Amino acid sequence: MTCLPKDPTDKKLGLVIDLDICVGCHACAVNCKEWNTAGKSAPLTDYDPYGKKPDGVWFNRIHTYETDDGQGNGTTVHFPRSCLHCEDAPCVTVCPTGASYKRTEDGIVLVNEDICIGCKLCSWACPYGAREYDEAEGVMKKCTLCVDKIYNENLPESSRVPACVSTCPAGARSFGDLGDPDSEVSKLVAARGGIELMPEQGTKPVNRYLPPRPRKKGEEGKAPRMLNHSDDSADGAGLIARWVDKILS
Amino acid sequence: MHPAKSVIFFTTASGAGYGLMVWLALLAALGLVPADQAFGIVGFGLAFALIVGGLLSSTFHLGHPERAWRAFSQWRSSWLSREGVAAVVAFLPLGLFALCWVVMGENRGNAALIGLIGAAMSLLTIFTTSMIYAQLKTIPAWHNGWTVAGYLVLGPMNGALIALLLAQAFGYADAAQLLHRLAVALLVAGLAIKLFYWLRIHGGRVTSTAGTATGLGHLGKVTMSASPHDTDNYLLREMGFRVARKHAAKLRPIAIVAGFIIPFLLLVLTHHAGLGEGGILLALALAWLSCQIGLYVERWLFFAEAKHAVTLYYGEQAI
Repeated sequence: MTCLPKDPTDKKLGLVIDLDICVGCHACAVNCKEWNTAGKSAPLTDYDPYGKKPDGVWFNRIHTYETDDGQGNGTTVHFPRSCLHCEDAPCVTVCPTGASYKRTEDGIVLVNEDICIGCKLCSWACPYGAREYDEAEGVMKKCTLCVDKIYNENLPESSRVPACVSTCPAGARSFGDLGDPDSEVSKLVAARGGIELMPEQGTKPVNRYLPPRPRKKGEEGKAPRMLNHSDDSADGAGLIARWVDKILS
Repeated sequence: MHPAKSVIFFTTASGAGYGLMVWLALLAALGLVPADQAFGIVGFGLAFALIVGGLLSSTFHLGHPERAWRAFSQWRSSWLSREGVAAVVAFLPLGLFALCWVVMGENRGNAALIGLIGAAMSLLTIFTTSMIYAQLKTIPAWHNGWTVAGYLVLGPMNGALIALLLAQAFGYADAAQLLHRLAVALLVAGLAIKLFYWLRIHGGRVTSTAGTATGLGHLGKVTMSASPHDTDNYLLREMGFRVARKHAAKLRPIAIVAGFIIPFLLLVLTHHAGLGEGGILLALALAWLSCQIGLYVERWLFFAEAKHAVTLYYGEQAI
């Protein structure tokens, strides 16, 4: 059924992505591909993977943006883009077959690939580019929030988070219940002023992005002082080094 | 947006077919054409061929055409599903109407009533098609009333040119006179709607920007300095189609002249110049042909000029 859940639970599982921490290493995209090409939406097909024009289905895409305020202040921001598991998901309601659906119990947006006809309308309806069509399989694919990992009792509890979260070497991604105001992720969003992407599209995304913190101004904003490499004394060096130093200088 | 040939053919062909049905029903209801079997066979044959051909072509772009029947299930929320249901339901009165006319030799009274129900269902089907596009907030060029108005007028306009050609060929002068007036009025209305549509989409109205898409707008102008991938992906092929936009300025006049102005002038010519019967038929056929070419260009531009919100992540500044 492609109507949105009438009585959704308060649970809204989603991601919080800290744009101040992300270093743009693409590890989330790679581990996402690794997990999901063997998971619920398997395979994430690659076309011409070792050829001149490699292409394929990915659920994470990592962009890099530069901002310029016109007064000489710029920032470089690495920006992971994936499904935001919207509350008013337009990709769900446009689906003619019922293949696209939003789970009542936790708000995850999924595709039933067995009944998807591959009309691609859901990808037209999503402003965030979260849905990618698998040309080999003829169906639409998207981020599952690792639904086959986060509830998997065969895994240790600490591993029951989406692959992009567990792999991030910088700790830029957090996972949790954004419907619970007391959850860690909700507190993080409140503390850092987490934002919705394109709120004007009316999709009510669940995922939040934490904007880069404001630059510090003046002395505080300068880089740490460099170590003094002009120090030419041999104090603290080993016996032979001190002896060589004494002979040569 | 990528202009898929199958969808361009589908929307223009089925629009013309449903439009033709509307005028066949009107001619029967007004008693302007008797239940002439040959006229019926040609008229309904053309209309059904255009509708069925269009609907079949629309399934070509599906990943799983064999599952297309599932698309009838979600009419509560999905305009695409509603279109499928409306198209199938419309076949009932339209098929009955054709049977009455061609087989039973009857197109007045109840047969005309069935025809009018079929005409209403035809217009409803065109409306659902237009809503598939007009509902999408992600594509501001489509998310407005001009999209709906365009589909509702251009289909019947195309159909009126075909019906006019048929009425003229079969020698139904009263029917041809009415269709001539309708076609001229629809050509003028169609051109006006398209001009308003282009004014609207090139009017500088902004829905979303690279700033709102990334949430970084408060830091100044946002530009992409590194793409996630070196080659085009599905998103860029499907939604980031750029080829036409650089030719749009040239293609728009072609759509206007071929789609509306040439057919309009040819129609005026048939009324005022002393053309023979053959000359009038030739002029009407040319008018329809020119309109076809113009409408294909118009429909191609409808897709190619439409910017999708996802392009904001790939370097577009505003949509």
